[in-house]
Amino acid sequence: MKSWFLRICFYALLILVWEILARLEIWPSYIFPSPSKVLLSIWNGFADGSYPLAIYISLRRLAMGYGISLVLGISLGILLGRIQIVQKTLGSLILGLQALPSVCWLPLALLWFGLSEKAIIFVVIMGAVLSISLATADGIRNTPPLFLNAAKTMGAAGFQLYFRVILPAALPSIVSGMKLGWSFAWRSLMAGELLYVGLGLGHLLTMGRELNDMSQVIAVMLIIVMIGLLVDFLVFAPIERAIRERWGLQTAR
Amino acid sequence: MKLSVRSISKVFHHSQRESTTALENLSFDVQAGEFICLLGPSGCGKTTLLNIIAGLDQPDSGTVLIDGKEIIGPGRDRVVIFQEPSLFPWLNVVDNVSFGLDCIGIPKKKQAPKIVEYLRMVGLSSFKKAYMHELSGGMKQRVALARALAIEPDILLMDEPFAALDAQTRDMLHSELQEIWRATGKTILFVTHNVREALVLGDRVLLLSARPGRLKRDFRCQLPRPRHIEDFALVEAVRDVLSDLREEVLAAQQKELDHEKLVS
Repeated sequence: MKSWFLRICFYALLILVWEILARLEIWPSYIFPSPSKVLLSIWNGFADGSYPLAIYISLRRLAMGYGISLVLGISLGILLGRIQIVQKTLGSLILGLQALPSVCWLPLALLWFGLSEKAIIFVVIMGAVLSISLATADGIRNTPPLFLNAAKTMGAAGFQLYFRVILPAALPSIVSGMKLGWSFAWRSLMAGELLYVGLGLGHLLTMGRELNDMSQVIAVMLIIVMIGLLVDFLVFAPIERAIRERWGLQTAR
Repeated sequence: MKLSVRSISKVFHHSQRESTTALENLSFDVQAGEFICLLGPSGCGKTTLLNIIAGLDQPDSGTVLIDGKEIIGPGRDRVVIFQEPSLFPWLNVVDNVSFGLDCIGIPKKKQAPKIVEYLRMVGLSSFKKAYMHELSGGMKQRVALARALAIEPDILLMDEPFAALDAQTRDMLHSELQEIWRATGKTILFVTHNVREALVLGDRVLLLSARPGRLKRDFRCQLPRPRHIEDFALVEAVRDVLSDLREEVLAAQQKELDHEKLVS
């Protein structure tokens, strides 16, 4: 309760100081717009439908890219985690490619797929898939041998062993990989949209710059932050909480 | 003969030059319904032997026969209860027990009565929905016992299952295990390094020598049941076996010392 109150006070004060500074007109408003102007910009954007459209387009790209990354990353992670020779060969490649910021794939993607949805989704996938597969492989490699032996002595084998022991045991690690993958996917998408690919939130940012409309730039930045927080709050926080409770990792507050 | 161990040997190779002989030409027979304790100093290959009988590990030579048939891998006729509770943290008590029943292909509908029966047997009827981190060490081993019993194997293989528990809990579980054994008639192979535990539980105590593990003594324990750790007759028997075991412990320590001298 106390930290809630503290936080609200902090943000209220921040906005107040911002508003006062803007009203003092130390800097011109196209460089330093007031919060009320930013709010107006958000209102107008939603009223004329350009923001909802951009949000929809960005989220659709993200959902496709991230969805494909999940399927690909987890399957790849299982192969990496269970098969020594894959780990030693492909594993090193994946580890190496992770050093490449995913937006660096954009020129290649544009040459391969042209200025299209495919190109941006490819970049999103390259951002997310590596960390998801590495975390999955890590979780699978660290499955306690005791769990495997216990399941085997009860007669579990093959798929049963994978789907009822190895994957559940790796779940905490897979979820943290998914979270990391999501944040990489989100960053890659924004970088990609900002640089080349039309429509979407990143494009709105570029438009704001080109039109010298600082309040739109800040408005879109705020929306991007909000979407990031919202996904974390609505998707990952509940999953992580459930896992902590189930595994008994709940820390005392 | 329920279980026959025939001249089992097992060598672990740590590197090209270094190796440890864990078991050497070990043979013994177990009758159906017998309660056998495998006793030996730590590192004498007891766990290796149990894993071989479970089918989780292969011997370098020798065979294990169950009802006269050679084993090839794990089977539902024998279930292991490990030293560390091997329960799955993502499942609650009922689902953990149900896991074993799923493995042997019993449909969900038919599982409920078995789960109820075996949870009652281990005294955990009121913890059906609990998750593993909510249970004490003793309770976890009870769940592991219920999970193993529910599969209804002929043989229970127990690898120092009570070693990590406090003395009171262990005493309680000793009397419960004797009762469960009497009620179900299972053949039990119980690995321990604790002489008192071995004599409280076993019909026979097989004393293994220090590395490499060989059968040093096959001790029949005819004391009346239920036995308790403080029974006078038991204390006498413990003294007897203990003197043999002490030799082996000293021998084991001597070997480790010699090895260290050799290395340094």
